[in-house]
This record gives sequence, structure tokens and C-alpha cells, in this order.
Amino acid sequence: MTNDTARRISATSLWTIIILIFALVPIVTTSAYKINVASHILVWGLFAVSFNMLWGITGMLSFGQALYYGLGAYSVGLMVDYLGSGWFLPAIALGLVMVIIVSFLLGLLVIRVGGVYFTMLTLAFAQLAWQITFKWYDFTGGDDGIQGIIPPGILENRIVYYYFVLVIVFVSIWILKRMAYSPFGLILRCVQQNPARVRFLGRRVRRNQLRVYMVSSFFAALAGSLMAGVDSSIHTDMLFWTTSGEAILMSVLGGLNQFFGPFIGAAIFILIEDNIGARTEYWPLIIGSIMLVMVILFPKGIVGEVLRLKAWFGKNGGGRQP
Amino acid sequence: MTPILQIQSLDKSFGGLHVTANVSFDVMPGEISAIIGPNGAGKTTLFNQITGHLRSDSGRILFNGQNILGHSPQRIVARGIGRAFQIASIFPDETVLDNVRIACLSKRGETRKYLRAVDAFTEATDDARAILESLGLSDQAERLAFELAHGDQKMLDIGIALALRPNLLLLDEPTAGMSPEERLHTKELILKLWKEFDLALVFIEHDMDMVFGIAQTVRVLQQGALLAEGTPEQIRANKEVITAYLGEEF
Repeated sequence: MTNDTARRISATSLWTIIILIFALVPIVTTSAYKINVASHILVWGLFAVSFNMLWGITGMLSFGQALYYGLGAYSVGLMVDYLGSGWFLPAIALGLVMVIIVSFLLGLLVIRVGGVYFTMLTLAFAQLAWQITFKWYDFTGGDDGIQGIIPPGILENRIVYYYFVLVIVFVSIWILKRMAYSPFGLILRCVQQNPARVRFLGRRVRRNQLRVYMVSSFFAALAGSLMAGVDSSIHTDMLFWTTSGEAILMSVLGGLNQFFGPFIGAAIFILIEDNIGARTEYWPLIIGSIMLVMVILFPKGIVGEVLRLKAWFGKNGGGRQP
Repeated sequence: MTPILQIQSLDKSFGGLHVTANVSFDVMPGEISAIIGPNGAGKTTLFNQITGHLRSDSGRILFNGQNILGHSPQRIVARGIGRAFQIASIFPDETVLDNVRIACLSKRGETRKYLRAVDAFTEATDDARAILESLGLSDQAERLAFELAHGDQKMLDIGIALALRPNLLLLDEPTAGMSPEERLHTKELILKLWKEFDLALVFIEHDMDMVFGIAQTVRVLQQGALLAEGTPEQIRANKEVITAYLGEEF
């Protein structure tokens, strides 16, 4: 019991520190570029955490969450482009409604097949959406994407928009965390570990898989629509398979089995991209090497290994762990 | 008194192999009974048919007088048939408490609560702790299930089944892979659980001490067919059963 309480306090303080760091960014720096990087970490953090609800928690490796990320972004981009910037917020809401419907219908289909077939089908649908966006130049701007997506009113201010993103991201992550530790989350983890037994609890495996697929897609779309305002532009790459792939890499980097892992993974991934990418165009090589080392030597990811280290120090009297 | 489970002319074959051949028997409420027979006699297949995991070719299965043949495993579980498996079927990366608690939550229809922490469900939690107490696993409640000893994992499997408050519990070789001391302990524990949870209990078992020690009725399966049915004394004296399965030392 005391152990449990201690764990909860340390988790809460970790959250507080992370939120504090992000809240302080616009105060300690006036650089628009740094604020933009911080926004990227927040948005990608949400995308990666939502993806990990599927993979890390339920064991469903989707290679197509870019579909929903892109749908969120394009519903904002297109509506602002065609109807004006006043439609920015309604577009986010409409995009989310659309994603609820699409993920439900598509989910019915892709969840029927398991394992690697699920992965391939999700990839196929995302690539299909990418192709359509890419080819349909007259409507979507094709390869050029859409520029000049300015949020309305006070959100036009970079710093205000940053805090807007910060609040939505952390509220979303908080909701996802509540879900992960609710009975629903426990059922999802059970689905991953022993689906046959879940049926013998009187629960339907596929129905729960569909639910988490919709939840994950919803928050991926929310992340995508926030991103439209962060960069004031969207592009077809947001629907491309590399976007899904980056969410996977971030999750592995941070630690699949830790709720927080993918967020930390996203932060480190983006910082590496930002710092090394500024010096050499071969930065993916560095990311690749780091991933290789992580997977072979530290399969639990950064957060997982840190926790293990902490537990090890605790056992040996070197730490403050009770 | 109507039987809790009625199996009537049940049949199942895989290709040319008859795995369940015209099996019929009744299980009374509150009865503790054993199914024995050589490997490949169709004992586990019969369990799979009862719990809806395997479609039957023909015949009827009635639970509390109502047909359950053709129903999904979920519906059959909800009706009140619980099951533990030959190889412990647990959730290895969850705590022992959560293994049982998820079943308690499921029984209460609380698995669709999305935003409340599992700990906040005090009734389900208390229920789960009470079951762990009955199983003698209380002091291991916070450990991860995969860390448990083999015998304890099998007990946990039974605990998950019990948490759903079944009227009929099917145990597939509860003492398989256990040491002699563990077997003795398990035998006592199963007898205790049977009384405490007011169950009809059917178990498949190769350990004859357990079969003849606690079963009120023994059924013998051979090549998919019911070879004999009776009290332990009747079965022990049955010539056919002795030649087919028990051997001369009985």
C-alpha cells in the first residue's frame, strides 16, 4: 500500500515537472523557433501516446494512424482554406466527428483480421488516403499542401496558441491515462495478454479492440488538427506511412509498456531531429543507430530502463525508494 | 430436482475421428464429480463443447433446463458456467489481485467504465480480495501473476473462474504438473472451495487419489464414448474400466 502511494506521488510529481517545463518555455525564451519545437513535442507526444493505447496497451500494431492524424489536419486546413479562418475551431470539431465515423467503419473491417494482417490493412488504408490527397491537386493542393492556416482571434498570437495546444494536449493525455488505469484499460491489457481468457470473462475481444481503435484514432486526429495551427501549414506527408512509422519509433524509444514512454520518446526524437538535423542531412542515420542500440540493449525503452534502474538502486539501498 | 447440466447424445468428429461419440449424462446441482479416461479420450473436447469453444455436430446441452448448444462462450459464461484450464490461463503481466479483480468487474458489468481508476471500485476489489483469501493467495496479491509458482498460477486460474460466481465449475486437470505435496494441498482446497462457493463441480483428473478421494460420481470416457458412470466404489469394481484404464492394482 505505501509502495503504491509512493509510486503515485512520484508519478504525479513527474507530471508536474513536465507540465511546468512546457509552461515555462515561452517565458524563458522569446525565440519563435524554440516555441515551435516545443509545440511539435507536445503534438507528437499526444499522437504517440494515443498510438500506444493501441500497441503498447492492447497489442494492436497499427501502421496507419497517420490516416487519422492527416484527416484531423486536412479537415482544419481545407475548411480554413475554403471557408475562412473563423472555421478553425468548428473544423477541429467536425474533423473529430468525421474521424469517429471513419474509425468505426474502418475499425469494423480491420479488426476482423489479427496480427500482421491488421498492421498491413491499416497501412494500406492510410496509403490510400495519402494517394488521394496527393493526386487530387485541385481540392487538396496535392504535393504543395495548404499554407497560411491562421487560427482565429487571440489564437493567432503564437504564444496564446502555444498554451492552447499545451492545455489540450495535457488534458487529452490525462484522459488517456485515466482510461489506461480504468477497468476498460485493464480489459485492454488483458486482451493483449490472453484474449482467449477474456472471452471466458464474458467479454468480447473485438468490441474492446474496436473501442480502443476509435479512442486512439480520435486523439491522433486531435493531434493532427492542432498541428495545422502550429506550422500554419499542412502537407501530404502527414498521411504518409513515415508519419505512422515515427509514432512507432517514438513509442519504442520511450518504452512501450510505460504510459509515459511514448511522450518522452517523442520529445527525444524531435530534439535529435532538431539538433542533429541542423548539422547534417544524414540525421535519420543517427536515429536509426540509436533505435538499433535501444532495441537490442534496452528493449524496455528509456522510461522503462530508468524505472528498472530506480528499482535496482532501491533494492541496493542506493536510492530513496521505500 | 432438475439436473444443472444435461448432456444428451452429444457428437463431435474431426474428419473420420470420433472425439465425442453419443455421450449423455446429467450433473446434479451441488454435485462434485470427476471425468477420467486415457489420453485422447475426449475429456477436454467435451469441456470445450460445453463452454461453447467447439461446435458440436449433434446432440443437446441443457444448462438449468435451457439449451446452450451453439451459444458463444461469452453467453455461456454469463449464464453461470465457469472454467479453469489444464495450463493455467491467467494474465501474466498483471498483479494477482487484478487477475481476479477484472473478473469481478466483469461480473458486475463495470468493465465499460472509462475514467475511474480500478482501485476506486471498492466492491469489486473487496470481492477479489475475499476470493484470494479463500485461495490462500492473499499475501501474494500485489505480485505479478507470472512470478507465481506453477501451483499458485493454477489456483489463480480457478480464482478467476470463481470470481464470475458460476453455478457450475469445470476444472481441467487441476493437479497436472504438481508435486505430491501440492496435489494434496490442491485436493483439500478444491473440496473447500466446492463447499464454500456452493457449486456443482466437474473435474478432469489423472490423479486417482483425488478422483476417488473427493468425487461423488465418476464418469469414464474412452475413445469419445461414455464407458461407465457411477459412484467411486462402482467404478473401482467395474471390469471394463479396469481393463481399459485403471489397471489391475485398483
